[in-house]
Amino acid sequence: MNNSLLVVLLASGVAYGTPLLYAALGELLAERSGVLNLGVEGMMLIGAVMGFWTVQRLHAGTGISLAAAIGVAALAGALVAGIHAFLVITLRASQIVSGLALTIFAGAAGLSSYLGNDLGLADNPARHQFHAVFPESFQRWPVVGPILFGQNVLVYASWACVVAVWLYLSRTRPGLNVRAVGESPAAADAMGIDVTFYRYAHTLAGGAFAGVAGATFTLAITPQWVDGITGGAGWIAIALVIFAFWRPELCLVGAYFFGALQALAPQLQAREIHLGPTELWANSLPYLMTVVVLVLASASGARRRLGAPSSLGLPYVREER
Amino acid sequence: MVAVPAGSLVFAFFASGVVLLATGHDALSSYRRIFDAAFVARGALSDTLIAATPLAFTGLAAAAAFRMRLFNIGGEGQLYIGAITAAAAGLYLGGSGGPSAFVIAAMVAAGCAGGAAWALIPGVLRAFFKTNEIITSLMLNYVAGYLLTYLIFNSQSYWRETKGFNAAVFPTSKELPDSALWPAATVHVRGGIVLPLGAAFAVLAALLLWVLYSRTRFGFEAQVLGDSPRAARYAGMRTRRKILAVMAISGAVAGLGGASQDGDFRHTLDADPNGLQRQYYGYAGIVVAALGRYNPLAVVLVAFLVGGLQNAGNTLQGADFPSGLVGVMQGIILFSALGGELLVRYRVSLGRRAPAAAAA
Repeated sequence: MNNSLLVVLLASGVAYGTPLLYAALGELLAERSGVLNLGVEGMMLIGAVMGFWTVQRLHAGTGISLAAAIGVAALAGALVAGIHAFLVITLRASQIVSGLALTIFAGAAGLSSYLGNDLGLADNPARHQFHAVFPESFQRWPVVGPILFGQNVLVYASWACVVAVWLYLSRTRPGLNVRAVGESPAAADAMGIDVTFYRYAHTLAGGAFAGVAGATFTLAITPQWVDGITGGAGWIAIALVIFAFWRPELCLVGAYFFGALQALAPQLQAREIHLGPTELWANSLPYLMTVVVLVLASASGARRRLGAPSSLGLPYVREER
Repeated sequence: MVAVPAGSLVFAFFASGVVLLATGHDALSSYRRIFDAAFVARGALSDTLIAATPLAFTGLAAAAAFRMRLFNIGGEGQLYIGAITAAAAGLYLGGSGGPSAFVIAAMVAAGCAGGAAWALIPGVLRAFFKTNEIITSLMLNYVAGYLLTYLIFNSQSYWRETKGFNAAVFPTSKELPDSALWPAATVHVRGGIVLPLGAAFAVLAALLLWVLYSRTRFGFEAQVLGDSPRAARYAGMRTRRKILAVMAISGAVAGLGGASQDGDFRHTLDADPNGLQRQYYGYAGIVVAALGRYNPLAVVLVAFLVGGLQNAGNTLQGADFPSGLVGVMQGIILFSALGGELLVRYRVSLGRRAPAAAAA
């Protein structure tokens, strides 16, 4: 039963969806404060390479190594996001061009590759990696075993992050302030909220989440370093935020759905099921669905109700208020 | 006008030099090797043109749309689709033994049409449903990429080579017939510099776009629509039509870049998995367009320089040359160009109440 296609898809959907979830939560925080960051792919790769480096070089036990690696990955992601924050918040550069520049700078043919090469990380498996938390016997339970109990600690931590981000945005004062900054920075400024501080803080937090997302690849999914290991997951994460109407709880659903779709094509191949064009459809579906959702969201004029921050992508210039 | 891009270049070389030194490389010798591999060495200019031609196309495509603040970042996918349609035209017409000029003209037309059609999807969605074109054009890049992969590797499509032993083991696309290959001129200096036909098309496209944007009513209206949509609507300009037209032009230029890949360089749709997709021409084109400040003529020049950088990166790839350096430098160049914009837009004055202080 646990080998049936559906269970395998759901289990790998959770595994593959976890980096998407982390990256999407980070992007959601940045976008809720009004900063669009298209550099997710680049930040993820930096997190992936630095997290892996920590595990390879730090001489410590498994637990400490992995915890340190996640910390370093988050820090590295936040540092790279800082470039974007400085350019678009302080210098008011175009968020689109700056985000793309970030991906080129840090991405598969950029800094992450430079670091991976310079630190000599290729060709070696990770010295420590995240394993499933629960014992084998739990994982053999029908259906829920592989899906719920076959996962590593990063998966469970991501659930906590979803709850935390949801609580933060909907139940706390700073969370409300973030939303005010994303909706109407001028009004927020008039209320005495420091727009620049909030935008910086959430862009950096977004980078930290993206860094962790990248480390999920090198420390859990495929525990090794390869150039461009994230394979476009950062772009899917950006789509996912829209797909989830800028809501953390829907990010969870969307991440696992997109993750399961990613697992579909290889699973079909492994089972020697040849559906011809179905593979094309399965691969393209996440992207096409995002387009459809976007069209529905914009056509019904319900953009605001669906949660897009009104000032997303716009610089805030106090003098022009 | 030139100060910011030039200053950005200088700053970028300085900042990348810091990265190089910090990681224990000799910055100056790395730069010398890059310059040599890009522009000086035997055959370097020919290779630089090979790298620069697609960048010029995607850069012009981005510039054409970004000028109207239509953020078409789908140049990547539009280039794939242009390559697919142009290859179909080349295979079909070239196989039936038509004259070469006719086959090439058909490939150009098919490439432009394919790219334009793909760009019109986000264009129509933007014009009629006000759907954000950034995300839709980006999503369609992935769909186009999967389509390209599918046509060659996962199906028995018209583009795929099905005859021969190798084709059964390593999926690949059909070779274009001779009459579908684009001619190239050779300048006989320094062992011969090959000027591909596509490079000439790119320069021609740049001239046409420059005329369109700076000398015609169409270009003026597009500019106004970008800078002040409200004023444009008040003046009675047709917003929807212009969005569709500009997206189609942008897509057509990117699609022509795809046709040039088939006819000039690859001579087939795509020989190995992700061959075309691993180049990221579309995304790099946006960098080129931004550095050229969306001026078509400047875009061609920048494409040549960035193409040189990329060519050097490919040539020098190896154990003794830091990999990824080229991407790092491109990123820093772009960051500093973006930051430098501030100096153009605002007057920076030093000190308090110094009205005529240092202006940039």
